[in-house]
Amino acid sequence: MASENANKPDSKAPMVPSASTKPKNWVLLLLRVVAFCATAAGTIVMALNKETNTFVVATIGSTPIQATLTAKFQHTPAFVFFVIANGVVSFHNLLMISVSIFAGKFNIDYKGLRHGMVAILDMLNVALLSAAVNAAVFMAELGKHGNSHARWNKICDKFETFCSHGGGAIVASYIGLGLMLIISVMSILKLLSPKSTYQVANP
Amino acid sequence: MGKTKRIFTLLLRLMAFAATLSATIVMVSSHETASFFAVSFEVKYSDTPAFKYFVIANAIVSIYGFLVLFLPSESLLWRLVVALDMVFTLLLGSSISATLAIAQVGKKGNSSAGWLPVCGQVPKYCHQVTGALVAGFIGLIMYLLLLLYSIHTILNPLLLQKT
Repeated sequence: MASENANKPDSKAPMVPSASTKPKNWVLLLLRVVAFCATAAGTIVMALNKETNTFVVATIGSTPIQATLTAKFQHTPAFVFFVIANGVVSFHNLLMISVSIFAGKFNIDYKGLRHGMVAILDMLNVALLSAAVNAAVFMAELGKHGNSHARWNKICDKFETFCSHGGGAIVASYIGLGLMLIISVMSILKLLSPKSTYQVANP
Repeated sequence: MGKTKRIFTLLLRLMAFAATLSATIVMVSSHETASFFAVSFEVKYSDTPAFKYFVIANAIVSIYGFLVLFLPSESLLWRLVVALDMVFTLLLGSSISATLAIAQVGKKGNSSAGWLPVCGQVPKYCHQVTGALVAGFIGLIMYLLLLLYSIHTILNPLLLQKT
């Protein structure tokens, strides 16, 4: 019965007119574009995060000794993970956008597995993004407030631009995370919709 | 077939509950006093917000795991359990990631920021935090397996019925 439904999609099931599915497709596409912009912004802002400052470290006699210190995102492994994960997620969004746009032209629906793969990949990317943005936000909190128990001084009062740029990147990534969560739920719901060509068996 | 399925999921849930519970307990009970150049300081898990987040997340997931163990087999709530499984897997993953970031700074320090590694002075504390992290990681893997298994059985998608 499943194969019959696949060969004649307009035979038995009440055919949903394509006009009512188009709004849902457009909503998902729009959400993906905004999520792609958010994660790409997070990647780029954090990747270009760099600040150089000159400090007076000590004074010998009457001549101050100056040291030039640079704050880069590569110093912290959490930020490196943040940049890489945001890059991967924005690439995934770009891929899904192009698959949605060009799905009609090329027949890439290999045995109906496309919706399943999109749902699984969306879930994996949500997990990756949530881990990365959480690690970055806790490292940023450590840099902003320091830790008096471990004698770690805060660095944000000396490198203000670095901290504010990092904060902006993290906020953009959180917005991307929220949108990716909604997108993932919508992809899974697409698997369960009755108009799809495969049956969903109830347990 | 139904019975082995039920026993398998019950076993997985039991192990996941045990792993998250042990992660919470090991992290909460980690504290050490050390004296460093005639200054004695004490480190506890509550010094760092990341470790507090780890404890809270694992505690929530343990309570959830404990409640789900008692859910009857044919209840209608199993679809909700699948959704909550996914949410709690994400929560566990993010808590482990945050704790790992802070623990890595504690172990290796950060020379560019002038942060010295702390593990040399409080080795017992560091070992306990590592143990809690390992238990949390095992819990995360169990929940991942549970999530994949739940999606396979409850949603029963195209894996079994290709068209």
